[in-house]
Formats: sequence, structure tokens, C-alpha cells
Amino acid sequence: MDNILSIVTFIPAVAAAILALFLHGDDDAAQRNAKWVALVATTVTFLVSIGIYTGFDPSNTGFQMVEEGEWLLGLKYKMGVDGISVLFVLLTTFIMPLTILASWNVTDRVKEYMIAFLLLETLMLGVFMALDLVLFYLFFEAGLIPMFLIIGIWGGANRIYASFKFFLYTFLGSVLMLVAMVAMYADAGTTDIEALMSHQFSSESFSVLGVYIVGGMQTLMFLAFFASFAVKMPMWPVHTWLPDAHVQAPTAGSVVLAAILLKMGGYGFLRFSLPMFPVGSAVMTDLVLWMSAIAVVYTSLVALVQEDMKKLIAYSSVAHMGFVTMGIFAANQQGIDGAIFQMISHGFISAALFLCVGVIYDRMHTRDIDAYGGLVIRMPAYALVFMLFTMANVGLPGTSGFIGEFLTLMGAFQVNTWVTAVAATGVIFSAGYALWLYRRVVFGDLIKESLKAMTDMSSRERLIFAPLIVMTILLGVYPSLVTDVIGDSTAALISNYDTALAAAEAVIQTAASH
Amino acid sequence: MIQADLTIILPEIVLAVYAMAALIGAVYTTKDGLAPVLIWATSGLMALLAIWIATNGDGTNVAFNGMFVDDGFSRFAKVAILLSAAAVLLMSQDYMSRRGLLRFEYPLLVALAAVGMMMMVSAGDLMSLYMGLELQSLALYVVAALRRDSAKSTEAGLKYFVLGALSSGLLLYGASLVYGFTGTTLFSGIIQTVHHGDVSVGLLFGLIFLISGLAFKVSAVPFHMWTPDVYEGSPTPITAFFATAPKVAAMALFARLLHDAFGGVIKDWQQVIVLLSVLSMLLGAVAAIGQRDIKRLMAFSSIAHMGYALIGLAAGTEMGVKAMLMYLAIYVTMNIGTFAFILMMERDGKPVTDIDALRQYSKRDPGKALAVLILMFSLAGVPPMLGFFAKFGVWQAGVSAGLTGLVIVSAIASVIGAFYYLRIVFYMYFGEENEDPIETRSTPVLWVALMGSAALMLVGIFYQFGVEGAAAAAAATLVN
Repeated sequence: MDNILSIVTFIPAVAAAILALFLHGDDDAAQRNAKWVALVATTVTFLVSIGIYTGFDPSNTGFQMVEEGEWLLGLKYKMGVDGISVLFVLLTTFIMPLTILASWNVTDRVKEYMIAFLLLETLMLGVFMALDLVLFYLFFEAGLIPMFLIIGIWGGANRIYASFKFFLYTFLGSVLMLVAMVAMYADAGTTDIEALMSHQFSSESFSVLGVYIVGGMQTLMFLAFFASFAVKMPMWPVHTWLPDAHVQAPTAGSVVLAAILLKMGGYGFLRFSLPMFPVGSAVMTDLVLWMSAIAVVYTSLVALVQEDMKKLIAYSSVAHMGFVTMGIFAANQQGIDGAIFQMISHGFISAALFLCVGVIYDRMHTRDIDAYGGLVIRMPAYALVFMLFTMANVGLPGTSGFIGEFLTLMGAFQVNTWVTAVAATGVIFSAGYALWLYRRVVFGDLIKESLKAMTDMSSRERLIFAPLIVMTILLGVYPSLVTDVIGDSTAALISNYDTALAAAEAVIQTAASH
Repeated sequence: MIQADLTIILPEIVLAVYAMAALIGAVYTTKDGLAPVLIWATSGLMALLAIWIATNGDGTNVAFNGMFVDDGFSRFAKVAILLSAAAVLLMSQDYMSRRGLLRFEYPLLVALAAVGMMMMVSAGDLMSLYMGLELQSLALYVVAALRRDSAKSTEAGLKYFVLGALSSGLLLYGASLVYGFTGTTLFSGIIQTVHHGDVSVGLLFGLIFLISGLAFKVSAVPFHMWTPDVYEGSPTPITAFFATAPKVAAMALFARLLHDAFGGVIKDWQQVIVLLSVLSMLLGAVAAIGQRDIKRLMAFSSIAHMGYALIGLAAGTEMGVKAMLMYLAIYVTMNIGTFAFILMMERDGKPVTDIDALRQYSKRDPGKALAVLILMFSLAGVPPMLGFFAKFGVWQAGVSAGLTGLVIVSAIASVIGAFYYLRIVFYMYFGEENEDPIETRSTPVLWVALMGSAALMLVGIFYQFGVEGAAAAAAATLVN
């Protein structure tokens, strides 16, 4: 199949169109049909996407399975994957059927709900495959619309505030990125990502309004992209939209948000910031590393005092993303491999944790930690699953969470010892808040009357968790599954980065003297 | 010679003669009884003229010693003007007739306004510029006050008239200064003087007054004060008309004047246009936040959109003019769809313009709500809708002209502006249930306008029906 990437990307969109055009009514049968169409479409997408994985050659560090076509305004439709993006594509297709399954109990506007999720999948896949700057932006930005609707329509009590905050925060970040993209187009005369990677953007320092900008153009463009990706990631201090969005989003929305949407920020750093603006990245490295370290410690502390389960996990996501940015900007093999590994692993773990919250939320309709306690008595299977993912979240060796944290810390240690030392304390904090949450929810005496009628997980719920458990443990004991795929591509990325920096040594020198 | 001249302005003559003949015909026959026929006839004629101009025009033709220019640029603008005026006329029929506003003068005044606009975009001389502008404006003053027994509508007409007269005065004063310092009113003569020596202070003053007068017509800040009141007070179909064709005409005239007459001194007017653009975008974005009335909201939205279109003009390049024309074409399409929906909004037969009334509209009519959602995201400039490509185009032109600061400001303004478009989506989809819901009475014409323009916002990503090529050709003839 020559155009497997487009096929994978647009299967969900086609399914969404079918739902929109041919499914009428809102009775039980129609709702069931909508769910099945969505489930089948996402599953088929996943099965076809395995073809991308098997056809992928890890030793080739360029883009593979490239498709190219003309588009309007001199832009191109160009798709392709390399070692950095291929696993994100698979992560997306893997998570989506699970989110549809997790939404089986939705009864309000089911058809629209499924359409929103299917369109969202198409747009997310497009982000990871697009090889044209504007095409990338299109997918990146259009994803806001379905997510805005998902939070706004099917969200919790305070959903309006959360959806607006989510939209405007991310929109502001991305329009600045768009301005930089326009400037890149003007400078390089192309929007082809492959060509832009080999284009040298000027790194001549200059002054703007009396402010001396080391690294010139590259630094400014880096900052514009940073505005977008840092919000998406999200990095401290622009993370505040995330807890709100997570808390108000329906369970499946939180899962997609945590497992996939957050990864777009990290992916963006690897796809744009490092390869296209190496000097800008080098100039800003220290700042980003410290922001990451602060994020890890600060958000872990904030997570400790949360009363709301989803909010706690949301803050823990921010902390884990702190490890990712730290790894990326360490810019060495361990750091970047670890960052990608951490993102993939966090995709499984955070998805599972939000699903764990969803399981008990469906029964009790509250996310207050205080409302629970002693669940192990009525729900032993649930307690076991929840424990596994709590441990994975903490980074227990043997789970995938450990590999990611360890590699990123190792990578960062070679660059900045102090940042690493500060960030490493985050590992302890994460054990603190995660275990404490687990204790308060699962252990203790079952004294609350309302909890005594709780039932253990249904077979549908067990089915959702099974693949996540397998992946978490598999990646924990056999990390080469990921690192073998990404290794050569990251090595190429790093060598290009180092070459570009060596060439721009002079600029860095002046940076040091200023 | 006169015959060749007349051939060139034949479309304008046909429309003008038709309007006058129909006026006399209607007066001596059934008067308002003829109005529905006139609406269809006028729109039909406009559409035919648009097709004629689009297919038959070729090259650059100059009539009346340079007073009238027929080139690719003017043809592009004329087609946009005629088609949008025809669409708005058709959309208004049902609304006007059910409220007793369907007078036979209405379609004919719109036709005369269209003649004026066609003159404007073809002007090659300050005199013909003013003739076109005044013909257009006088027709618009009257239609704004079409609902004579409504205080708001009369107020709108009067306000528009008084402020419009002021701006015409500014424009004329500027024109006289320019004439005084260059000795000619022909654009081709002015540009020679401008090319030859440095620009004198008097000429600069003339230029600034001309720009002020035109900024009033495109409702750019700080000459925008009339817009919200006139938009709110006029009957909705008139508002729809104000928001579309006259904006295209005024922007095209703006571009023609600055490039044809002052093309040599871009630096002198660029800073002024940049300022107008920045102020329009920011005010349009911020002031609309507090609006509850959808017509006022659209007024501020149009102010902001003119600000974005002005970026293309400020660039002062061929790319900029092309981006501006694309922006206008897309803007007009979005506005036709949005106003088609506003025309539908009513409760117990009375028009409703309060956005609160849209609460949970998506549950009652998912199809139309989806179309409005697409239009709102497109107006906000969110990809993948066409509105994004409109913004992308002008930003591209702005950055390559070195106006990065302007582009950054407009990016920030677009985020602020996104808020109020989102709020309409919010009411339709997430709002609290309304105990007094609105009905949307849709006629086939309105339905087609709404759904068609929403569909265009998506289809346009893949295929633009040759509009992009035409805009590029139009820009190439203007800037050389």
C-alpha cells in the first residue's frame, strides 16, 4: 500500500462522515450503532497501522512511506513517518479503541460524541505524520475544535470555564507559532519540513527595541514555537489549563488529552525546535532545563494536596512531562530516547490512571478522594489494576515508567547536574502523592455506606485495561521494543544538532560573554 | 472614440439604465406589488453581469481619458460585489416581505449602489472616484433608513448620512489638496509627480485626508464609530448588505488609490495603514466581547476583519494585494452565510438578535447549528476552515514585507477575537436550556446560503474554484 499513512489517517474521518450522514435518530439502537461504528473504525485503524510498524525500517533515519501532492497556495500535502513519529502514530491508534470502549456508558448525544472522537483521531494522526509546515499546523490546531466540544458538551459541572480556558490558552500559543511559520516560509521559501530541516536559519545576534537577542532569528523562532509547545506539553508555568481541562472532561476526553494530545508538545520540540533552530535551542537550554526541574518539584508538591483524583493525576502528568522536556533539551542519546520512551509510557500509564478514576466515577459520580476508602474489600480486581498503574506512575523498576525517568535523568545528568539533582527529588514526591492517593482510595476500612454496594470491574472494563497492563509491563522489561525503533533516528537528530552547533560556535561564544 | 469608451463601461450602463427604467416602470404600475419580481430580476441581472464581466473581460482598457479603468483588478472586485449583492438581495426577500418592508425602491437602490461600487473600483481619477463613492453612499443612506417608522432605523440612516457627509468632506478636501499640489486629478498623472520629486507636505496632507475618507468607508478604527449603530439599527438584510459588497468596493478602491496614484511612496502611507490596521484589529476584538446583540457583534467583527485585510494593503506588494483580495472574497462568503442565519432567527414572527436566544440551539436543529459552528470557527481563523487560509495569506504578505510586528499584533488580536465567536458556539452547544427558545424560519434561499457558505469553508481547502488564480492575476495588474 503506497498511501498507507493517508489511509490510516482518514479511516476515522470517513467513519465520522458515515455516522454524520447515515445515522439518524437518537434511540437505543442508533446509539448502539454509533458506538459500534466508532469501535470498529478505530480498531480497523489500529490494525492497518500495524502495517506502518511492520513496514518501517528503523535503520533508515529519513522519512519513510512519504506521500506527496499539490495543495493550495503553493503548499503541499506531504505525509511521512520517521523513527521519532512512528511510535506516536501507533500510540494514537492503540489508545483510541480503548477510549471508545471506555465511553460505552455515554447516553447524551452519542452520535455527535463519537463523531468528535473520530475526527479528533484523524487530526491527531495527521499531526504526527504531516511533513508540511502548514499541514502540520492545520492538524495541530483543528484538533482544538473537537476537544473544545468534548469538554464543553460532555464535561463536568464547570465545563464552560475549562473549555474556554483550554481553547484560548492553546490558541494563543499556536498563533505565535504560526507567525514564526510564516517567517520561516518567507526565509526559506518552502514549507516542506524535510527541506526546512536542512535549511540554515540565520543565527546572527541582533537587537530588537534595545533588547540584545543572542542567536537572533533562531532564538525568536524558537520562542514562538516554544510558546505553542510549552502550552501543549504543558510546562510550568503555563500548565494551569490542564488540571481544569482534565477535571471537567469526560473520562475518554481525559484519556485522549493525557495519552496523546500532551505528546504533541514533545513531538513538536523534536520535530521543529531542535533540528530547525539548533542555536536557538542551545541558547535557551538552561532556561528550559530549569523550568523542567521546577515543574517536576512544584507540580508534585501541588499534587500532594489535591482533593480531586483527576486533578491529582493531571498534576502528576505535568510533573512527568517535566522529565520529558528535561530529556529532550539534554540533547543526548539517553536524554532524547528517554524522553520519547517516557512519552510513550506515560501514554499508557496516564490513560490507565484516568480510566481507573473513570471506573469508580461511573459508580459513585464523584471524584473526591474523601468520598472513597476501603475499596479493596468490594473491588479486589480493581485494587490490583490500580496498584499496578500507581506503581508504574511512581516509576517502579519493571514497569515502563521506570525506564523513561531513568533515561531522562541519566541524559540530563551529563548536561546539568544540579537540574538533575532537583528533578530526581520528584521521583520521591511522585511516590508520595501516588501511594497516598492509593491508600486513601483503596485501603482503610470500608465505612462509607454508599460504597458498600460497589461492584467490581465488569468484563468490558477488564478488557480495556488488559492491553494497557500488557504494554506497561512489556515495555518495562523489554524497553528495546521502543529504543530499537527510535535509536537511529534520534542519533541522526543529535549528530545534526551537534554539527549545527559546532558551526555556530562563534554565536554561542558571544552569548557566553554577554 | 466615445463608442469605444461606452463599450468599456457597458456593464455599468446596463445596470444603471435597468435601475432607472425599473424605477419608472414600478411607479407607473403596481408599485410595491412589483417588488418580488424586481428582487429576482435585479439579482438575476447582477449575476448575469458578474458572469459577463468574469468571462469577457480581457486586458486593461481605459475609457474617458483615463477616468475609468477596466482591468483584472476591477473585474475581480466587480464580480465579488455583484455576486454578493445579488445573494443578499435574494436572502432578504422573505424577511422584508413579512415585515412590510418590501418596497420596490429597495432592490433598485441596491442596484444603484452596486453601480456606484463598480465605478469606485474602476476609478482612474479623483473625480470618478468621488462620483462612484457618492452614488454608492447616497443609495446606502436611504436603504439604512428604509424602515421609516422605526426610530432606530431612522437614527441609523441619519447617523450614517451625517458622518458619511463628514468623511466625504475630508475626502474632497484631500482630493483638492492633491490636485493643488500635482496639478491633475488623474491617478496616472499623480503618480508621475510622485515619482519625479520628493513628496511635498501639502501632497502628504492630501494623501492623509484621502486615506481618512476611505478609512471611514471601510470602517477602520478610528473612523468606525458609525458601524455598530448602523448595523444594529438597519433592517437585518440591509446590515448583511453593508457587511459585504460595500466593504469589498471600499477596500478595492483603497488599494487602487494607494497603488495607482501613490505607488511610488509606499513608505509614506504604509505607516498610516499599519496604524489603521492595528487599531481596527484590536478594537474589533476587544469591543465585541461585551456585545449581546449579534448584529452589533458582527459590526465589530467586520471592523476587525477589515483590519486583517488592511495588513495585505499595508504590505504594499503584489502578494499583499492578492492576499487582501482573497481575504475579502472569503470574508464576504462567511458573512453571507452568517447573515443568512441571523435572518432566520426569530421568535413568534419577530426577529431576534440577542445571542442568549441561541441557547442549546444545537439540540433543536443540529444541521444548522453545525453550519454556524463551522462559520464561527472560520471567522475566528481556526484551521482547517477557509478563514484560516485568509489570515495565513495576509500574514504571509505582511512578514515578507517586513511587517512582523504588525503580524504578531494581529495574531494576538485573533486570539482575543476568537473568544466571542466561541461564545456563540458555546450558547448553541453548551448553554443552559432556554425556556423561551427561538425558531429559525428557513426559506430555501436562506438555507442554501447558510449551508453553501459553510460547505465552502471546508471545500475551499481543497478547491477554490479559480478564485485564487483570479486574485493573483488581479493583483498583478494593479501592482507593477
